[in-house]
Amino acid sequence: MITIIFYILATITLGTGILTVLAKNPIHSAVYMVVCFFSIAGHFLMLNAQFLSVVHIIVYTGAIMILLLFTLMLMNLSDQHEPKKKVASRIAAAVSVCLTAIVILAVFLKANVVIESYKAENIDFQSVQVIGQVLLDEYMVPFEFASILLITAMIGAVLISKREKKA
Amino acid sequence: METGLVLLLLIFPLVGFLINLSVGKKIGRSLPGIIATAAVTGSFAISLFYFIQILSTGQAIEVHLFQWVAFGEFSVNLAFVLDQLSLLWLLVVTGIGTLIHIYSIGYMHDDENVDRFFSYLNLFIFFMIVLVTANNLLVMFIGWEGVGLCSYLLIGFWYKNQQFNDAAKKAFIMNRIGDLGFLTGVFTLAYLFKTVDFATLKLALSTTTTPETSALLGVAAFCLFIGAMGKSAQIPLYTWLPDAMAGPTPVSALIHAATMVTAGIFMITRLNFLFDLTPDIQYFIAIIGAVTALFAASIGIVQTDIKKVLAYSTVSQLGLMFLALGLGAYQIAVFHVITHAFFKACLFLGSGSVIHAMGGEQDMRKMGGLKGVMSITYITFLVSTLSISGIPPFAGFFSKDEIMLVAFQNSPILWVVAMLASLLTAFYMFRVLYLTFFKEFRGTSEQKKHLHESPSSMTMPLIVLGVLATVGGLISLPFGYSWLNNYLSPIFSGSDVVEAHGFSTEQMVFMGVSTLIALIGMSLAYYKYMTKSTVPEEDEKITGFAKVLYNKYYIDEIYNTIFIKPIYAMSNFFNSIVESIITGVVFGFALIAKGLSAPAKALQNGSVGFYLSFFVVAFCLLIICLFLV
Amino acid sequence: MLDILEQVGINNYIYLSTLLFCVGVLGILYRRSTIVMLMSVELMLAAANLLLAVFSVYHQDVSGQVFVIFAMAVAAAEVAVGLAILVSIYRNIGSIDIDKLKNLKG
Repeated sequence: MITIIFYILATITLGTGILTVLAKNPIHSAVYMVVCFFSIAGHFLMLNAQFLSVVHIIVYTGAIMILLLFTLMLMNLSDQHEPKKKVASRIAAAVSVCLTAIVILAVFLKANVVIESYKAENIDFQSVQVIGQVLLDEYMVPFEFASILLITAMIGAVLISKREKKA
Repeated sequence: METGLVLLLLIFPLVGFLINLSVGKKIGRSLPGIIATAAVTGSFAISLFYFIQILSTGQAIEVHLFQWVAFGEFSVNLAFVLDQLSLLWLLVVTGIGTLIHIYSIGYMHDDENVDRFFSYLNLFIFFMIVLVTANNLLVMFIGWEGVGLCSYLLIGFWYKNQQFNDAAKKAFIMNRIGDLGFLTGVFTLAYLFKTVDFATLKLALSTTTTPETSALLGVAAFCLFIGAMGKSAQIPLYTWLPDAMAGPTPVSALIHAATMVTAGIFMITRLNFLFDLTPDIQYFIAIIGAVTALFAASIGIVQTDIKKVLAYSTVSQLGLMFLALGLGAYQIAVFHVITHAFFKACLFLGSGSVIHAMGGEQDMRKMGGLKGVMSITYITFLVSTLSISGIPPFAGFFSKDEIMLVAFQNSPILWVVAMLASLLTAFYMFRVLYLTFFKEFRGTSEQKKHLHESPSSMTMPLIVLGVLATVGGLISLPFGYSWLNNYLSPIFSGSDVVEAHGFSTEQMVFMGVSTLIALIGMSLAYYKYMTKSTVPEEDEKITGFAKVLYNKYYIDEIYNTIFIKPIYAMSNFFNSIVESIITGVVFGFALIAKGLSAPAKALQNGSVGFYLSFFVVAFCLLIICLFLV
Repeated sequence: MLDILEQVGINNYIYLSTLLFCVGVLGILYRRSTIVMLMSVELMLAAANLLLAVFSVYHQDVSGQVFVIFAMAVAAAEVAVGLAILVSIYRNIGSIDIDKLKNLKG
């Protein structure tokens, strides 16, 4: 049962991912991407990582998605026809992707296995409570830094996209 | 107190220099001259104070500032010494310097760069003080180079005239040849005795007598003499001095007659203990001196530029001083330096006054009859001419006579040469006098209207110098009544000059002969230029030996052919062939690098997409290298 | 649900992540629209996050998931700044076509 759900989710993930990349209309791409992220959130849920799953939906579909759509709207790109790349560079892109896939898979296959066989032990290591404790205890400083990073990014984004005054 | 006052002596002209250099342009036309004159006067007052002090105490004053250089067992201090010799020179430098500063206020009044002129003059005085008060050879070298620099700056003061710039460069380069000799001499002495300090050297020299050392001592003395040759314009390095007349006349009077050119004599006098040990070099110095005296005097008799005549006369007189030095009669050389400073400065300032009145004209063929208009200039010029010609009782007579006496005692041939030189001196000096001040005025009528006596700031120094040129001989009277010899005796350790006390017939005869010779020269000039009213011919009409003389024995041309043209040829060779080869090689490498980089340059096409593809491929290769190989 | 890895197997997750990552790479290389490239970058980040979470479960250690949270924070910041830059580029050049951005050469 779980295996079937995994395969369905995996298919949705990959399929919407490919559609994201190939869709002609950028708005369609954005919508497919949201679906893809929802499926990844589903994967997280299956792994029993509820917190991650929720955060993933909030961040990606709630924040990043909206940003992307707003940008698209600002640029009014939806009906602009995007010319295709040259054939040579498209072939080169395909070859590079295959090469990357082979290389990464080969790395994983060649890697030394640390844990020979997986055996679930019934300990609570990933509940929201535990994550909260770890985040605000062990990873306190990086957590604060992340907040600084975010506010910096916000200021930066405002600064960069601000319309320059005409001199 | 002592240190402070001595430092003040040095600092006054330096401060004057800095003030005129920095704010000279803003403080008006007359203030720079006043500041500069005040600075030199301050130095003169301090020198006078110490001079009076040393007259009563006889003690030299040493001022040690700090250790300048130290390595191994060799060290040099920045130290100054005020002894009898340097104080005497200080008085001459700052005293005549003050007079010439005052004179310059009038002479340079209309020049637009009067502030620059006075700042250079002050800088010169500063370096000259450093030179004469130095307590070791290296500090002396600072002053030595400094006065050379100021000489260069002042000869080329009117830098808009290319000829003047060339003259300045010539002076500088000639001096550099001498400086090389000077430095080599200093290094040899430093190598031998591990010191360049005068007092220590003197001590070391009195004890060392190995053959190797004495051979090297000869080398050192010779090299130092080359330095003196360059600075004091002796054969073969004299040609810069006549050209140096391109500078303003006060500069010629101060630097190229009274002070800087005597630096070589000062240096040799300072190192008398060294030269006493090398009789061969001394003899060489004497010969060079005598030959220079005659040679320059012979050129002087046909020159038509009033300043050129005086320049050759300076070279000739310096030759006489070197003759005295070479014969070991240092105090006589010093005596002649002092009297020469008086009358030659006076002559130059007088000629400056004439040039000023003539509106810049220097050619004697266009002068004449100035006696009536410029009486003060005429009288002082006459006095100085009598003095330089050796007519008693003027100052030049005493110093010149002593040189003749010493020359005769050592070598009659040298005496004959020196006598001939002084005959010619008397001739050409009176020639200048007659051509300039007597007969009819030969210039244009416009110049004639302009003729006037110079302002009092110019005539006052002339009068003072004229008086000094008259009575200057009193400091060293013959027959054993010489104050100067006693005064300088602490400087010369083994003074072996025989001093005849009391009247001797020989000396009387000598004086008679000297005076007679001077009178002959004078009458010859009178006959030629007064009785026959000859005026030197135009440049093209001069023929025969006179032409050779007029063209200064073609020495400049000979130097041009021997040294300058080969050097130019060599530079051309290096410029055209060697440099193009080197350039070719360098450019070749550049071309190779450019060619090799052309494919790599194509990769940098600026397209972000292209870069991304390479990024991915490189990422794959990196992973392969890291984990899969 | 705890024994999901026992049933599905970690290899399948690895294959899934790798493929998703490669889809992201394809998007970067294949597309000319910069904004879609930015989405592809998000896909690649998601793939990496997924694998981190999987291994976190596999090791039964929460650190991996904490790391995912940080990665998401960074991703959010990146998208914000990236989009701002895109807007700026669009304003200056009038296009966000990657092939028209050719000023990056010396």
